[in-house]
Amino acid sequence: MSAAQRQDGIVAGRLAPEAYAENFTDAYPPLDAHEALVAADRCYFCHDAPCIAACPTEIDIPLFIRQIQADNPKGAAKTILNQNILGGMCARVCPTETLCEEACVREMAEGKPVEIGALQRFATDTLMATGTHPFTRAEPTGKIIAVIGAGPAGLACAHRLAMYGHTVIVTDARGKPGGLNEYGIAIYKTVDNFAQAEVEWLLKIGGIRIETGSVLGRDYTLEELRSDYDAVFLGMGLSGVNALTLEGADDRISNAVDFIAELRQSDDLSHLPIGRRVVVIGGGMTAVDAAVQSRLLGAEDVTIVYRRGQDRMSASRHEQDHATSAGVRLICNAMPVRGAAGGVEFEYTKETADGLKGTGETFMLEADQVFRAIGQTYQDTQAAALDLERGKIRVDTEGRTSIPGIWAGGDCAAGGEDLTVTAVAEGRDAAESIHRALSI
Amino acid sequence: MADLRNDFVGIKSPNPFWLASAPPTDKEYNVRRAFEAGWGGVVWKTLGLDPHVVNVNGPRYGVVYGADRRVLGINNIELITDRPLQTNLDEIKAVKRDWPDRAMVVSLMVPCEEVCWTEILKQVEDTGADGIELNFGCPHGMSERGMGSAVGQVPEYIEMVARWCKAATRMPVIVKLTPNITDIRYPARAAKAGGADAVSLINTVSSITSVNLDLMAPEPTIDGKGSHGGYCGPAVKPIALNMVAEIARDAETRGMPISGIGGVTTWRDAAEFIALGSGNVQVCTAAMTYGFKVVQEMITGLSDWMDEKGYADTAAFSGMAVPNVTDWQYLNLNYVTKARIDQDQCIKCGRCYAACEDTSHQAISMSADRTFEVIDAECVACNLCVNVCPVENCITMERLTPGTTDERTGRVVEADHGDWTGHPNNPGAVAAE
Repeated sequence: MSAAQRQDGIVAGRLAPEAYAENFTDAYPPLDAHEALVAADRCYFCHDAPCIAACPTEIDIPLFIRQIQADNPKGAAKTILNQNILGGMCARVCPTETLCEEACVREMAEGKPVEIGALQRFATDTLMATGTHPFTRAEPTGKIIAVIGAGPAGLACAHRLAMYGHTVIVTDARGKPGGLNEYGIAIYKTVDNFAQAEVEWLLKIGGIRIETGSVLGRDYTLEELRSDYDAVFLGMGLSGVNALTLEGADDRISNAVDFIAELRQSDDLSHLPIGRRVVVIGGGMTAVDAAVQSRLLGAEDVTIVYRRGQDRMSASRHEQDHATSAGVRLICNAMPVRGAAGGVEFEYTKETADGLKGTGETFMLEADQVFRAIGQTYQDTQAAALDLERGKIRVDTEGRTSIPGIWAGGDCAAGGEDLTVTAVAEGRDAAESIHRALSI
Repeated sequence: MADLRNDFVGIKSPNPFWLASAPPTDKEYNVRRAFEAGWGGVVWKTLGLDPHVVNVNGPRYGVVYGADRRVLGINNIELITDRPLQTNLDEIKAVKRDWPDRAMVVSLMVPCEEVCWTEILKQVEDTGADGIELNFGCPHGMSERGMGSAVGQVPEYIEMVARWCKAATRMPVIVKLTPNITDIRYPARAAKAGGADAVSLINTVSSITSVNLDLMAPEPTIDGKGSHGGYCGPAVKPIALNMVAEIARDAETRGMPISGIGGVTTWRDAAEFIALGSGNVQVCTAAMTYGFKVVQEMITGLSDWMDEKGYADTAAFSGMAVPNVTDWQYLNLNYVTKARIDQDQCIKCGRCYAACEDTSHQAISMSADRTFEVIDAECVACNLCVNVCPVENCITMERLTPGTTDERTGRVVEADHGDWTGHPNNPGAVAAE
């Protein structure tokens, strides 16, 4: 252990320079062709397969795996991408252990599902390595659609619309397209700048223009969009972060999502400061990504503290295991009370009929740095022009909002889990609805 | 413990597992390794007249894979030995001298002229070999020169050559048969008529295993061309079992010793061949796929199973299944079964449903929660669901007790045997007395 590693406070360069590349490499390396064939041979080609039903984008999984078996990985990729244009990213970031792989009959049979996610990555990587785009754009329709947000929902929507021959202008508040794929996911899940490579590949369909650094409500209004475009799709995600103030620790607390974004955009991780002792408050995938990457940056002690029981954590068991195997400590049933010199005081909790209550027992965790990862919120910049539902934009089954001509999907829309794959499904389905509406 | 010692037409070996005449028995080095590994005997790779033949210098084998690249079948275009006759004879003599307890049978293939056979037989006798096997089976290459399966496809030639050999040697004569014929009983009868001591079968099946779609040529491909080969391995076992059974139950050949060959991979395969009347078995593809050590699984597996069943030696169960091989017309039509799905074992893959719904009799129902159940009123007991289910014994066929009603036909299941010979729909039915 180097001296820098033991240095208190939030400092950069805790590790030897070469350690960073090693730490932030692919957490789950891709299958090679042989491994893919071995894995594919395990698929039973189930009838009306449960894995398809478990996939928010309803990829025909048995078919694409059979195509891999039959030496047609590019055909397999087309089967995937036809349902999910971001199938490459989803193969990397989907919590498959709670989706397709949980439903796999071999999970029931042997406790070892077919490696669907890894096979999906094999197929999509094989196709993308050729540099070709498997879809062609229909004759231009002359219709122009505005897509707000270049994240998974917006990109999926834009691609499907472009395929139908519509012209799509995608605007995004950030400097790069990709949304959370670019800013919100751990490096070791999306190495080699995959998010940008995927966007570039997706844009090969043609008919899509991306404008970054443009913010709805600041640079343009919803009314302007409605009058200037034939249709509008809102997929700007969640820009708010749930508040958590800790008296006495405010100088040490920051948002996990900002930390992850900074990591992803860093050119040199050895310049990124990290605490010696890090506490992450929350129980979701963002908490895990922040905690694990803190360890990888050289933090000596990293603890995730979650206020409810472990079974209530929204990070899957697989994610939790990933965290603990990276040396992250997991404390459940505890909530932060106040900051103290060099640490944070927590109180144990219990579930009661009246909700979660503190038990009165407290403990102290040393912490140079605290990340809050207790969820994000939709920030309504539209002065309630759109009807909301539980704090997010209300949509119907086709993604239509309360205002005619405006659709929404992804994390900013109500309903569905806040997952990349769910956002893709919603963006795609909204595009189908927009296309139908414009074709009348 | 079961006694695996084998006496096949007077040829003794410590166990019934012989290596078939094929690449693994091509030369001294291989055969010594085989004996060290535990093989009971070998049939030395086929000898011919000098000048010796040559082999292609490109690939000799093609393959068919199952899941996970498991070898299901190999085809080959290798010819008989491509070394001088004397070299082989010297090696055979040396190995037999060092391994006197192992069976040493020599495969032969020379032109259909009596002098060719009598000459080579004398030379083989001098090696101390235990027997000879007449290669009337290889379907590739040699058959173009009037040998191998070209002889095996003409019963008169089989009989003629077998007779020459029996007259010329003290050694037992085994005739190896080709499956590339329409009715295996004719060549087997011819071998018997010629005085052969035994038949061995099957040799390989004429085959093209695959086509290279870039070269547009069959594989294995030699400079853009391919030639049919001989197919062997687990894929041909069902063909071999049927042919062995046909000979075992034929009125003319019943009781003739049979050395069973064709896809023997485990002890169970060997037990099946023996149950259908084989006195021993010959193996090639399993050894070529996994090496000589596989015989150790075969020996222990057969021995353990025999102990469990109380069979003192292989003769105790050899041919036991033969009386149960019958013609379709004698099958009991009053034996009514239905598929039964064990819900505790079901993994809900739905393959039984897809198979039955799409290609059979719509006799399996599927609920919203993926519970699959047999509809007795539709089930014809075809067994397809059992075959496609990935979980062994999850679906079974169970007999309806006589006296109960078959929901499909509405008829009460009869206890007595009733077959096609007496069925009212059979124009040639013999009325019951």
